[in-house]
Amino acid sequence: MEQVRLNIDGVDVVTTPDRTILEAAREAGIRIPSLCYDRRMEPYGACRICIVEVEGARGLLPACATRVTDGMVVRTDTEELRRIRRTIIELLLSDHPRDCMTCESAGNCELQDLAYEYGVKETRFPGEEHHYEVLADNPLIERDYDKCVLCGRCIRICREVQGVGVYDFVNRGFEAVPGTPYNRPLTETPCEFCGQCVSTCPTGAIISIPSKGKGRPWQVEKVRTTCPYCGCGCQIDLHVRDGEIIEVSSPVMVGPGEGNLCVKGRYGYSFVHHPDRLTTPLIRKDGELVPATWEEALGMVADRISKALDDKGPDAVAFLSSARCTNEENYLLQKLARAVVGTNNVDHCARL
Amino acid sequence: MTNSIDDLEKAGCILVIGSNTTEGHPIVGLRIKRAVMKNDCKLIVAEPRHIRLCYYADQWIRHRPGTDVALLNGMMNVILAEGLADEEFIRERTEGFEEFRKVVEQYTPERAAEICGVEAEEIRRAARTFAGAPSAAIVYAMGITQHTTGVDNVLSLANLAMLTGNLGKEGAGVNPLRGQNNVQGACDMGALPNVLTGYQPVSDPQAREKFEKAWRVDYLPGNPGLTIMEMVDAALRGEVRVLYIMGENPLLSDPDIRHLREALEKVDFLVVQDIFLTETARYADVVLPAASFAEKEGTFTNTDRRVQRVRKAVEPPGEAREDSWIIAQVASRLGYDMGDVSAPAVMEEIASLTPSYAGISYRRLEELGELRWPCPSPDHPGTPILHVDKFTRGKGKFSPVEYKTPAEEPDSEYPLVLTTGRLLTHYHTGSMTRRVKPLDELVPENRAWINPADAERLGVAADQEVAVESRRGAIKVKARITEKVPPGVVFIPFHFGESPANALTNPALDPVAKIPEYKVAAVRIVTGKAMEGLEYVTA
Repeated sequence: MEQVRLNIDGVDVVTTPDRTILEAAREAGIRIPSLCYDRRMEPYGACRICIVEVEGARGLLPACATRVTDGMVVRTDTEELRRIRRTIIELLLSDHPRDCMTCESAGNCELQDLAYEYGVKETRFPGEEHHYEVLADNPLIERDYDKCVLCGRCIRICREVQGVGVYDFVNRGFEAVPGTPYNRPLTETPCEFCGQCVSTCPTGAIISIPSKGKGRPWQVEKVRTTCPYCGCGCQIDLHVRDGEIIEVSSPVMVGPGEGNLCVKGRYGYSFVHHPDRLTTPLIRKDGELVPATWEEALGMVADRISKALDDKGPDAVAFLSSARCTNEENYLLQKLARAVVGTNNVDHCARL
Repeated sequence: MTNSIDDLEKAGCILVIGSNTTEGHPIVGLRIKRAVMKNDCKLIVAEPRHIRLCYYADQWIRHRPGTDVALLNGMMNVILAEGLADEEFIRERTEGFEEFRKVVEQYTPERAAEICGVEAEEIRRAARTFAGAPSAAIVYAMGITQHTTGVDNVLSLANLAMLTGNLGKEGAGVNPLRGQNNVQGACDMGALPNVLTGYQPVSDPQAREKFEKAWRVDYLPGNPGLTIMEMVDAALRGEVRVLYIMGENPLLSDPDIRHLREALEKVDFLVVQDIFLTETARYADVVLPAASFAEKEGTFTNTDRRVQRVRKAVEPPGEAREDSWIIAQVASRLGYDMGDVSAPAVMEEIASLTPSYAGISYRRLEELGELRWPCPSPDHPGTPILHVDKFTRGKGKFSPVEYKTPAEEPDSEYPLVLTTGRLLTHYHTGSMTRRVKPLDELVPENRAWINPADAERLGVAADQEVAVESRRGAIKVKARITEKVPPGVVFIPFHFGESPANALTNPALDPVAKIPEYKVAAVRIVTGKAMEGLEYVTA
């Protein structure tokens, strides 16, 4: 593809013409603030936070929705731009609860970050504020539209990425807000509970119920791993606080899911800490399974395998390995069957 | 998959057959939807049930369960008759075309349509769309394989891909979706009775010799072992005395669970190594508590052959231990020292013995995030698309495949066809998802999906409890009346131990792959007083 040369904040940038100013800047390590932008979706140009000055252009341009052209000279952080962005933030905060202390998204909120970066403490535009009912009409996803900034990310990700389209803006003007058809609960819509809307919401307007109150972003350690459910192999981050998984997210544009998950991948983690987990070996005594030590249990397994080997030979022993376990564990189990016991009687549920 | 998940978005046409992709493989489903919405890809869905992908499809073919070979032969008949085949590909890269052609010529669209219960014109249209696309991908799952004709079905898909030159290039391929996080990896690692790692046959003396040397043993058996279904029968005959099950719950996932339960009771000694006391573990003589995916290091290999890391995030509860530790402990008590069984060390051993994994190491995975096999050397970037210049065996082989009926067809006694599968919200035997409270709240119980016409005829109302009975057993389950299943077909998910669909399924196997026919069994629905006389199976 042909190359385009442009200058952003005095830095010469070489990129391709399919890039937007925002993408070219980020690739060059220049951060342009944004609010309605998510790489997983088409540019929308709604929030105007990412406006930039382009020499020779009429007016200011949204960096997320403007393609680069050869010779372009872009400024992203002038006094004028900062003044306008500050005003936009003030307008957003004029109808936004100031409850960051208890908001689930504090520390993971793009509006909070913008207010912080631009030093917006108070709004000059006090006026009417919305007070919507918090919608918790299902076990997973809670919506509090008092915190909505009308970026449309939930609407767009459900439509563009998930291909479902549960949400759209309802009402007009000041009353405009994302909603479901006839404001039905999510359980009565085609919602697949993938939580893509939660993952893209820049504020605390859409949150995951199972993670509520469980921990702040700076209190968790994120561990990158692979989803344990179907064969897609989505990459997930387990958010761990004090030895407990409190949330799962997926890194944007990484792995097969590119940051998108399904209901199992995003919400199916708490089995790890379920009280039913086996915590000790069990041995059958007088018909009942009773707790035993590893020494007893392993000794018994080895004895019984040895006995079967002595009595009937290696093919009297059979192993079922597991499509749920790791490669390394499967390798070791077939090695146990073949090298140690001496049988090829090893299979797993590939057929089931 | 011959191609990758990302590559699906490059397809001009996608044929989804025997896969409820948005529920079974939601993220692949998402890519297929995006291919349709953004790239104008033509989607053909061939599936007895109305699945969500039907909303995105250019064409939905609702063929009868178990008639895939007839449908595909019919499509290929049209492709040949209308001159739509890729003759260059057939000439350069394949063999066995003439014998194949002779069989396919017998399957006129009219004859195929008759078998499948569809219109001939639908078959013609699908054939033209598929063959006319610049690249066409085939996506399938257990709806294709879980038949007594599973191998025939897959061979037919390979025939279709070769006939239209849709292998070894972008946006094409034959793409099975693997149903479990690491079913691909378990196969790659030789957790199969006939092959060692990387599909090196146990019958190959050279392969055995290599492993004997590496494993420091005098002798490895060369006769293939028993498949899972054969193990069950061998246990019932008293030939298998000890059964060691790691991380599987066959009592819910195997067909005809009553038969399986007898086998579990019959074996002298049953070891189950798992994270929960599953339905299967309740029959064990020894239960070994294992670490879950979040409590250990390792790798999984996904459906498009991507090897990716699994990382430890939390400690296992109580005395639960990693499977690798447990296996090594058993080995050492049997007099074999497995040495260092830490995940990176084991991967090194795997790489040293497995040509397709030879270039995979933890160092590279940390750096790159993923590697797709075949990855034959430490500087190899991995292989996103298989069979680019040649097939593994050299030339691609056309297989003449005749349509065969399923092992059990509906009759006057059992007039309905049962087909089984998964729901979006739950996973396999439910041992994990049914212990996740919000997921279990979303879908707390099982339903038998019944077409309104059948429901009316049988006098069954929505949510009414009915009995579904086959020659193997009966279960109690509530009815969901829905046009998502065609008349004459009942669909029951298999996640639920209290109403286990696999009490009903037919253990008849594909003769080659030994896969059971989960997707077609004959059943009847019993209501009212007659329900009282039945004996119900629960897991």
